[in-house]
Amino acid sequence: MTKPILELRHVVTKVNRNTPEELTLLKDLNLTINEGDFITILGSNGAGKSTLFNTIAGNLTIDAGEILLRGEHIENESEERRTRFLSRVFQDPKLGTAPRMTVAENLLLATKRGEHRHLTPRHLKQHMADFKEMTSGMGNGLDERLQTPTGSLSGGQRQALSFLMATLKKPDILLLDEHTAALDPKTSQELMTATNERIMAQNLTCLMITHHLDDALKYGNRLVVISDGKITYDVSGAEKQQLTQEKLYSFFSDLQD
Amino acid sequence: MTFGLGVSAIGQGLLWATLGLGLFLTFRILDFPDMTVEGTFPMGAAACVAAINHGINPIWATLIAIGVGMLCGLATGLLYTKGRIPILLAGILVMTAAYSVNLRIMHGRSNLTLLDKPSLLKLPIFAHTPMYFDSVFLGFTVIVILTLVLIYFLQTDLGQAFIATGDNEKMARSLGIETDNMKIMGLMVSNGVIGLGGALVAQNDGYADVNMGIGVIVIALASIIIGEVAFGELTMNQRLVAVTLGSILYRFVLLVVLRLGFNTNDLKLFSSVVLALCMMVPVFRDMFDLKRVWKRGITTHD
Repeated sequence: MTKPILELRHVVTKVNRNTPEELTLLKDLNLTINEGDFITILGSNGAGKSTLFNTIAGNLTIDAGEILLRGEHIENESEERRTRFLSRVFQDPKLGTAPRMTVAENLLLATKRGEHRHLTPRHLKQHMADFKEMTSGMGNGLDERLQTPTGSLSGGQRQALSFLMATLKKPDILLLDEHTAALDPKTSQELMTATNERIMAQNLTCLMITHHLDDALKYGNRLVVISDGKITYDVSGAEKQQLTQEKLYSFFSDLQD
Repeated sequence: MTFGLGVSAIGQGLLWATLGLGLFLTFRILDFPDMTVEGTFPMGAAACVAAINHGINPIWATLIAIGVGMLCGLATGLLYTKGRIPILLAGILVMTAAYSVNLRIMHGRSNLTLLDKPSLLKLPIFAHTPMYFDSVFLGFTVIVILTLVLIYFLQTDLGQAFIATGDNEKMARSLGIETDNMKIMGLMVSNGVIGLGGALVAQNDGYADVNMGIGVIVIALASIIIGEVAFGELTMNQRLVAVTLGSILYRFVLLVVLRLGFNTNDLKLFSSVVLALCMMVPVFRDMFDLKRVWKRGITTHD
């Protein structure tokens, strides 16, 4: 039995409000995310994929509609408040980690995501064994560099670390914004495999934006297409498994007509 | 004579190191220049001297100076985070406003003396110390306590959130850290420490002057940057200690400058030149990197 964990109802999001440059990015968007959903999101540039994430995460406020987390209204909660239940990984490896802090310090920050932080000692040493085990699971040498400032890691290691930080304390909803796009094909594929394993193992509810059609087909139980600020296509389960690249291509060309 | 001057320089260096430590929190950790300090420093001095003149115990007077410093930091923090005024301008606004407030605190006078009044340096424990050693002992005690408190703070969960805010604000927010609050807190603590610096320097000099804040940001930056240039790659805790050593080194540089025959009016010019030179060290290093020039000569480009 699956129940909705996050619902977006008739959501409208504008930017540059009350200026000549006012733009409506999400236009009456409806989306119900069920517990355990792993949704891949496709859409052309400017369709509203990142806007959808920024709206869910609270970076953008909505102009109309409602957002419900397990039936509770969260439209007016700040970005910081929403991190109690939500975590995200950005496309840019620079955005996800603090460059002058070490790998272990970054992980420690993530263990307290969404919590109040007090004047209590951080107890980094007690966490080291955990961090070592966790990072060795990524298989990219991150476990050897726990004491290294993240600024001197490779892009792939940084993204793997960002992903670990986002899932370290289990989020109700995980947002992945093309988190493998800035990496070389091999590293990208390795991170995608590790991502999928961890999402499956922890039974995470996840939304993943991607530009790779094969990734969108291969991973997840549900596929959503956004165009012009609306959900225009939404398949899941067996129907998604039967989907092929050709069908998706023809769907995209239909849209453009 | 020379020995006395050396001891005096160490004492001055220790007392002024409070400024370096205070500014370190904003300049190096939050990663922005906070001009408020030029108003906070004389305000700490003025509040402390005025309080002592009103018969308040020097220890309480010093705590009052910390309090008014924190209020200045709060004002800048609110203008910056809630008012969305760029930090440089927010600092300048508070610094300018502080000038008038300082004159009020000193009853409209530009100078207030501590002559024949008690001060931290006249506490009974300093009664038998030789000349200049009283400021060394006081400065040393304050710096040790302050450095230990800062080291502890930066290793707490709150301190780590504070560091993360300066390091990557977007990430900090995505982990639920209230970055606006962290900046306000940083500005308050930083300016509280600078207020303390003002109180200590005023008690050491025996007076508060409304113009004593001019250029103090350069002195504070000089302690930070001389420390970094002199000691290179360090951990966070070592960097805090390096600030104090940088402050003492800076005092010796000034001592040398005065010995060369320049007078005290030239000191601000020299402060700026010393700071500018230290900040340009990386550029010079690249320009005169002989090792690389040599290597370039022997590598082939095929």
